[in-house]
Amino acid sequence: MYYDKLIFEISNKNRVGYSLPKSEFKNYTLPSEMLRNKEALLPEVSELEAVRHYTNVSFKNFGVEKGFYPLGSCTMKYNPKINQDLSNMLEFNMHPYSPAETTQGLLEIYYETQRILSELSGLDTFTLNPYAGAHGELAGLMIMGAYHMKRNDSKRTKVIVPDSAHGTNPASATVAGLTAVEVKSNYDGTVNIAALKEMLNDEIAGIMLTNPNTLGIFEKDILEIAKLVHDAGGLLYYDGANLNPLLGLARPGDMGFDIMHINLHKTFSTPHGGGGPGSGPVGVKDYLVEFLPKPVIKKQGNKYYIEDTNESCIGQISHFYGNIGVVLKAYSYLLTLGKENFHKVGQYSVLNANYIKESLKNDYLLAIDGICKHEFVFDGLIDKSQNVTTLDVAKRLLDYDVHPPTVYFPLVVHEALMIEPTETESKATLDSFIDVMRIVAEEARTNPELVKGAPYNTVVKRLDEATAARNPIVKYRDLLNQ
Amino acid sequence: MFKYLPHTTDDIQKMLEVIGVNNIEDLFSEIPTELMGQDLNVPSSHSELELYQRFTELGAKNKKLIPFVGAGSYDHYTPSVIRHIIERQEFLTAYTPYQPEISQGTLQYIFEYQSLICELTNMDVSNASMYDGATATAEAMFMATSNRKKDKILVSKTINPNIIEVIKTYAFYRNITVDFIEEKDGETSIEDFKAKNSKEYAGIIVQSPNFYGIIENYDGYREILDETKGLLIINSDISTYSLLKTPGDYQADIAVGDAQALGIPMGFGGPYIGYMATTNKLIRKLPGRICGVTKDSEGKRAFVLTLQAREQHIRREKANSNICSNQSLLALFVTVYLAIMGKKGLIEAQTNSFNATHYLYEEVLKLDGFKPVYDKPFFKDCLIETTKDVEAINRTLLEHGILGPLSLGKFDVLKQNLLLFSATEKRTKSQIDQLVSLLGAL
Amino acid sequence: MSKVVNGLYYTNTHEWVKVEDEFAYIGITDYAQHSLGEIVFVELPEEEDSVELGVEFSAIESVKAASDVLSPVSGTIVLVNDDLEDSPELINEDPYENWIIKVELEDKSELNSLLSADEYKEIIE
Repeated sequence: MYYDKLIFEISNKNRVGYSLPKSEFKNYTLPSEMLRNKEALLPEVSELEAVRHYTNVSFKNFGVEKGFYPLGSCTMKYNPKINQDLSNMLEFNMHPYSPAETTQGLLEIYYETQRILSELSGLDTFTLNPYAGAHGELAGLMIMGAYHMKRNDSKRTKVIVPDSAHGTNPASATVAGLTAVEVKSNYDGTVNIAALKEMLNDEIAGIMLTNPNTLGIFEKDILEIAKLVHDAGGLLYYDGANLNPLLGLARPGDMGFDIMHINLHKTFSTPHGGGGPGSGPVGVKDYLVEFLPKPVIKKQGNKYYIEDTNESCIGQISHFYGNIGVVLKAYSYLLTLGKENFHKVGQYSVLNANYIKESLKNDYLLAIDGICKHEFVFDGLIDKSQNVTTLDVAKRLLDYDVHPPTVYFPLVVHEALMIEPTETESKATLDSFIDVMRIVAEEARTNPELVKGAPYNTVVKRLDEATAARNPIVKYRDLLNQ
Repeated sequence: MFKYLPHTTDDIQKMLEVIGVNNIEDLFSEIPTELMGQDLNVPSSHSELELYQRFTELGAKNKKLIPFVGAGSYDHYTPSVIRHIIERQEFLTAYTPYQPEISQGTLQYIFEYQSLICELTNMDVSNASMYDGATATAEAMFMATSNRKKDKILVSKTINPNIIEVIKTYAFYRNITVDFIEEKDGETSIEDFKAKNSKEYAGIIVQSPNFYGIIENYDGYREILDETKGLLIINSDISTYSLLKTPGDYQADIAVGDAQALGIPMGFGGPYIGYMATTNKLIRKLPGRICGVTKDSEGKRAFVLTLQAREQHIRREKANSNICSNQSLLALFVTVYLAIMGKKGLIEAQTNSFNATHYLYEEVLKLDGFKPVYDKPFFKDCLIETTKDVEAINRTLLEHGILGPLSLGKFDVLKQNLLLFSATEKRTKSQIDQLVSLLGAL
Repeated sequence: MSKVVNGLYYTNTHEWVKVEDEFAYIGITDYAQHSLGEIVFVELPEEEDSVELGVEFSAIESVKAASDVLSPVSGTIVLVNDDLEDSPELINEDPYENWIIKVELEDKSELNSLLSADEYKEIIE
């Protein structure tokens, strides 16, 4: 039977789900004018009721362990169980103000993780303080700004962002007090060198690039781009969302990038958790190390310590030292992969993507022909005569127990269907996905209404999003007042 | 062969044939050769047993301590149920709920989370969470400056200095001027606020209980701000609203802060979760994800991300925030915590913490060399001044497996002898008595 | 095929202007509402605010898009269509009937630079 209750709706007066030791202290009193006026409406349920409720709620979700999840630009790879176990070890549950002498194990993990990331990316030092990819972008752009300010080059306030970039890029530029200026891309999303040359001047702080770009194409002129931008006095920022295909093969630092962020929840297998917590370490070349946000974890001899007095840094961007719990999982994964396997991650993620692309290009319109990296984009079905859209295809895939690809991104492809299989999927899984995609394409030809009405097998059908946005109902009390 | 890579030689060969290339290297031929093939100085692959061994060694390099400090990270009890729920793969391994038909699980708990945050803060609408309390406060500043179209903000000096640092960083790069309101007797000075407030400011950010643990009173703030159309932004450890007056009671415009104290492990500082709630009037200025209720095509109640047009993936450079993720799994953590602890348990845990901190305060003040700093009501942090050698205190306590108080000297050299203690419901009377006797013996 | 009403002025950013004496009503075109899809929110300015040629005065949100509305003329807002606050979908229903603001024109010669219905038709085809 379909489970449709909210926790508030199974609540019953005087039921409890917790136990606490009897208080050993006398009751101290709070002045009455400091007390809240109205009782909060919190649930009252037994432990089993709570567990059963959330177990039933979980059944309405789709996770990587259930089935194929080829969500482009999100790198939905397998999240190893061991990472979870190790990050839960009680030895790591320390108060953040514990003195360094009592947290040497944690500091070593922080330091070693940043060192391995530096080695893999070709940048010199990383901070693990940023909480997510977008947070890393913000910190990285602040570093870019601080660098120019320190050189008294303060008129450099513009950041070049390709029109195919992730939405966070221009938004991060704005939040960092810079102005995003869009550069037109070539048909394959790569930077148009002529257009770039025209934009470069003494107001340009730098450029933000994703490489391979959001169409899955490697920026083959990257060395020339780097030279042009550097000669014009700008810096290069690497958006690490698409690092997976280059892992162990080629390094952003060697390409000429000065600053980058990495999404530990993408490339390094820490779970996405339904949207977070993530972790967005930022790496820089040595001439930018002084700007890294404080606190900074350092090593002297065999001892690790925390430095929070650095004057030239951009300041503090997190309350403490970032999402250490996420770092623990990434460190576990880094050690598991090791030198022997990093490059295979890059290779097999690219192999998988190209295999799907070649297998489906007779049914779906390839936005760009040729070899892709870890992901690629279809511009909807080839046969558009039945007006079956990308959204329809995505919804029909739900009926076949496949998580749909990313849809309608990048914006430069009208009917974008962006597929990223990742390296952890087997040929057998890819083959069954290819079969399903072909079946849907066939259905779109022969029975378009079937596809347009999908999904049929999900717990809810297509939703009325307009009403939700016009009259937002955003909490339980709103439902009570209806 | 490697456990996370299922490819056999035969698979690879067949796939290459379909692609039409001879070997995997051909898939990378457009990358300039000088960029390929660096020899990396990285560890070699660890088996699961070796990994356990390595982490066990690293864990042994940490020293387990009983904390008597809070200051933004509190050692509260975590019900066992929570980890089992949040580690269900359906929650743990899902992405942001872009496809609502197969993400009703995530969307529903986010809706429950928003409802709980609104209940605790007495506000109209909550987003689906932020990274931490400090960054949430900085986002609240952006929300205010953008809404009021002003580039100046007032910030009370009694706010946790780490939060102030984050506010300052965010403000500096976006050309927002932060002016500070002085403290008086450990509280935000309302006189200084009245004197400094003007139409140039988008509003004021205050914190209660403040950095010293003191419960501030904001009566009169609304009226002062109404004269200048400024916004009232109140930061708080949300667990304290189990008992204390809420932002809604003060007619605040934005409520922000950290929700770590709702049972989230100290975890050396993260991941935590920031909350952010506001009024109906400001709903479209709220950054981050928001979940709403709607119906599906068959009339069934369903949940969906709503008001997305505010967000970075649509507004790009015009978005007021670049927030993309939320702390979804921690939102689930907090939701399950509040379901398990419930109406009574939350109040009991916080009351016990309040009582334990007050007992600690009374007992320490009975000792020679310790005296009170302010005579103000406090919650679960308390400030005590000592004439003793602060380093010696913390060294002695460490030798006995105790993490002692935070010396405010960390933030202000003149405050070296001011000590910030805290106790939660996890601290027993005998632990506090041991702390007191160690302090007394110094 | 999007509807274009004769006798109005247009911009290439898809706003329309209807002039009555010294006043102008401003809204978005049928083409614009169609591209946006189901409109869920219109951010309205306040009366007595001034508007400037080419500068945004409102933003319109649909379920999955948002668009700034630029003022085709300069002047002072004398009336705001408050109906749109509760019923933003009115713009979907009839974009030419449901204007957003009424402006007292500052410089009527600005109208000369705007597009005619025929010129606008060419742009959207």
